[in-house]
Amino acid sequence: MKNIFITFLILMVVWILLNNSVQINILIPGLITAFIVSLLVCRQCEIFTDYKLTPKAFAYTIIFLFVFFIELIKSNLDVIKRVLSPSLPINPGIVEVKTTLKSKFARMMLANTITLTPGTLTVEVKDESFFIHWIDVQTDDIEKAGNEIVKKFEKYLEVIYG
Amino acid sequence: MELVGAIFTLIGALVLLVASIGLIRMPDVYNRLQVGTKASTLGTIFSLFGLVLVNPGWAGKLILLIFFVMMTNPVSSHVLARAAYFIKIPLTRRTVVDKLKVSDSALKVKAD
Repeated sequence: MKNIFITFLILMVVWILLNNSVQINILIPGLITAFIVSLLVCRQCEIFTDYKLTPKAFAYTIIFLFVFFIELIKSNLDVIKRVLSPSLPINPGIVEVKTTLKSKFARMMLANTITLTPGTLTVEVKDESFFIHWIDVQTDDIEKAGNEIVKKFEKYLEVIYG
Repeated sequence: MELVGAIFTLIGALVLLVASIGLIRMPDVYNRLQVGTKASTLGTIFSLFGLVLVNPGWAGKLILLIFFVMMTNPVSSHVLARAAYFIKIPLTRRTVVDKLKVSDSALKVKAD
């Protein structure tokens, strides 16, 4: 039920953004199509089962997007600096970090976020371990690397997906 | 407004330029993916955002595009990196640590 509802909401938002208007004669076909599609596609899917439909989770989603965007810009400045400096100051390696997140969707979001943030790229996910290619390895200790890479996002995702 | 939009688009283009320089300069496939993912994501976002400012009528569609780029780019580069690792494309000689190699003897048997 929750899956169908969230899929429906997302489809509706996409429809409105694509049409760029909220007139009633445009909204109604969208409503019908989104309803049918979400029923057909999402009878068995369980992507959003862990998403909490509370105001707090919603607020944290917004904050998370902001934090994410700031980290994205920071990571880009960092990469640009490395690429343009003549000595190519990289120190690459693959490190392991552990996550405490249980939900599949939250883990996917975390892996995505890691990939888009400063100098890190998720190479493999196995059980609780993320193997991360780090362009500038500072420590190969699981705990310390975890603090450095995943902690700042984990605390938001924990609230959002539980 | 048009001027600001043009400046944003220009910044985006410059970031994309740096990304392509990075592709040439980086020593192995993983570092290239790093540069490729990050810089191209921000470059695309800036260019599209500049377009939003120049032509506000397209805002909805362009925001959708930005969102799709942000969601799909990391997935594709993760899959590429994973595939590259499991067909044993070597890491560069400057690599300092490789935890995955140590801990995945079980997975290696499966891959062979």
